[in-house]
Amino acid sequence: MREFGYQRVLDVSGAVALLDADPDARFLGGGTNLVDLMKTGVERPARLVDVRELPLDRIESTRDGGLRIGATVTNSDLAAHPEVRRHYPALTQAVLAGASGQLRNMATVGGNLLQRTRCGYFTDVTKPCNKRVPGSGCPAIEGEHHNHAILGASDHCVATHPSDMAVALTAFDTVVAYETADGPGELPLADFYLPVGDTPHLETALPPGALITGVTLPPAPTAANSRYRKVRERASYAFAIGSIAAALDVEDGLVRDVRLAFGAVASRPWRARAAERALTGGPATADAFAAAADAELAAARPLPHNAYKVTLMRNLVVAVLTELAEEASR
Amino acid sequence: MTPVPPTYSAITLNINGEKYTLPVDHRTTLLDALREHLDLTGTKKGCDQGQCGACTLLIDGRRAVSCLQLAVAAEGREITTIEGVAEGEQLHPVQQAFLDLDGYQCGYCTPGQICSALGMIEEHAAGWPSAVTDDVRPEAGPPPLSADEIRERMSGNLCRCGAYVSIVQAVAQAAGAQTAEAEEAAA
Repeated sequence: MREFGYQRVLDVSGAVALLDADPDARFLGGGTNLVDLMKTGVERPARLVDVRELPLDRIESTRDGGLRIGATVTNSDLAAHPEVRRHYPALTQAVLAGASGQLRNMATVGGNLLQRTRCGYFTDVTKPCNKRVPGSGCPAIEGEHHNHAILGASDHCVATHPSDMAVALTAFDTVVAYETADGPGELPLADFYLPVGDTPHLETALPPGALITGVTLPPAPTAANSRYRKVRERASYAFAIGSIAAALDVEDGLVRDVRLAFGAVASRPWRARAAERALTGGPATADAFAAAADAELAAARPLPHNAYKVTLMRNLVVAVLTELAEEASR
Repeated sequence: MTPVPPTYSAITLNINGEKYTLPVDHRTTLLDALREHLDLTGTKKGCDQGQCGACTLLIDGRRAVSCLQLAVAAEGREITTIEGVAEGEQLHPVQQAFLDLDGYQCGYCTPGQICSALGMIEEHAAGWPSAVTDDVRPEAGPPPLSADEIRERMSGNLCRCGAYVSIVQAVAQAAGAQTAEAEEAAA
């Protein structure tokens, strides 16, 4: 591991000033991903700015009935919060589906959004990787890609975003707030992660040196009837091979409002807008759910070893929406 | 050109109620500080990448893996290792339950399992749901600590000997004893 300086900061302006002065510095939250990547040499910061003690650890209701979640709130505190569990149950389920109890106690909301892919070529510095070393190639396309992207990938990178939490946040139109040395800013999560294209090393639309200060969930009555389901290769403590965050409001057998986002299928949490459009105003039946899934997955471009994900996601859409429709009609 | 910051610090760690002052290279994890600098070798190194849970301890009362925790970033926090769990010669009920029910074979993962169980039992007592909790809404109330709940909540601790069956029983017994004790104290 490269040697590095360490500074703990107690206010946001001090934090962003340090990164502004040293582009080779990184913010340290829970460290559950960054410290691991430093051990393997994927990340080689000259300085860590520890933001864990910033006053960003609150979860507050907003005036319009949404929620504002500070960037240093731990995954555990987010999942356990009564307002999250009551109004956005899929978000609690998504967070609890990720990592382990120990890691959730350390990991933070800001860090969760910025965690890196677990693609085996990205995390192995002896291998080429366009995300880690631009222009070096993507061995996953011809190699080990059974858990890689089927949507929105490119000839340059087929890695997936590993977060569960971000999938639920994407379904609920979350907005990310950040601070830079030049002042604050906001980005809808839908625009937060950049398309892969030929620049897979550029992952987010955050300005250089920006510190995520929190996320805001707008009010979403539909989210009270929501669910996160994750499929993985063992029963617990593993990354998804496919996941879904869904919320559904049904009236007189018709879909009044629906939110759908997929995880582990793209370089970012994938908002399934084509499926949402196909469903809204139509019947809440298994056939309609399957047709909506097909509308979304028509854009899928699977590789030889991950085509199973197309079927997996279709089945997840039908199963989870069917359960939510039953609950909505109760 | 940004001046090169110092890459080491003198830090004071609060471990099991005692203060330890030591110089550390910033690259030192809390796990290595305990084992290599402070001779507190009860905390075990398994994978060293946050995947096995052998290095689990409590930070400010919450379970955490010490292999991904930088020692310098642990300054000012209350650290409890397996060496600080018993009251003198009196084993903690969780330790006693692991002994009573053979919650181990080789014992290497055991300190991490016990520290994880300590944190987990508190989390459950605080009403936290888990990934196998059917209804996470607060109105549903806390889920009973079933074997499924224990398996899910303890899934961050691997046991290569496969002593899981008795680990689950030990955690259930310890949690039950603690619940009974709390109810007695409240009565």
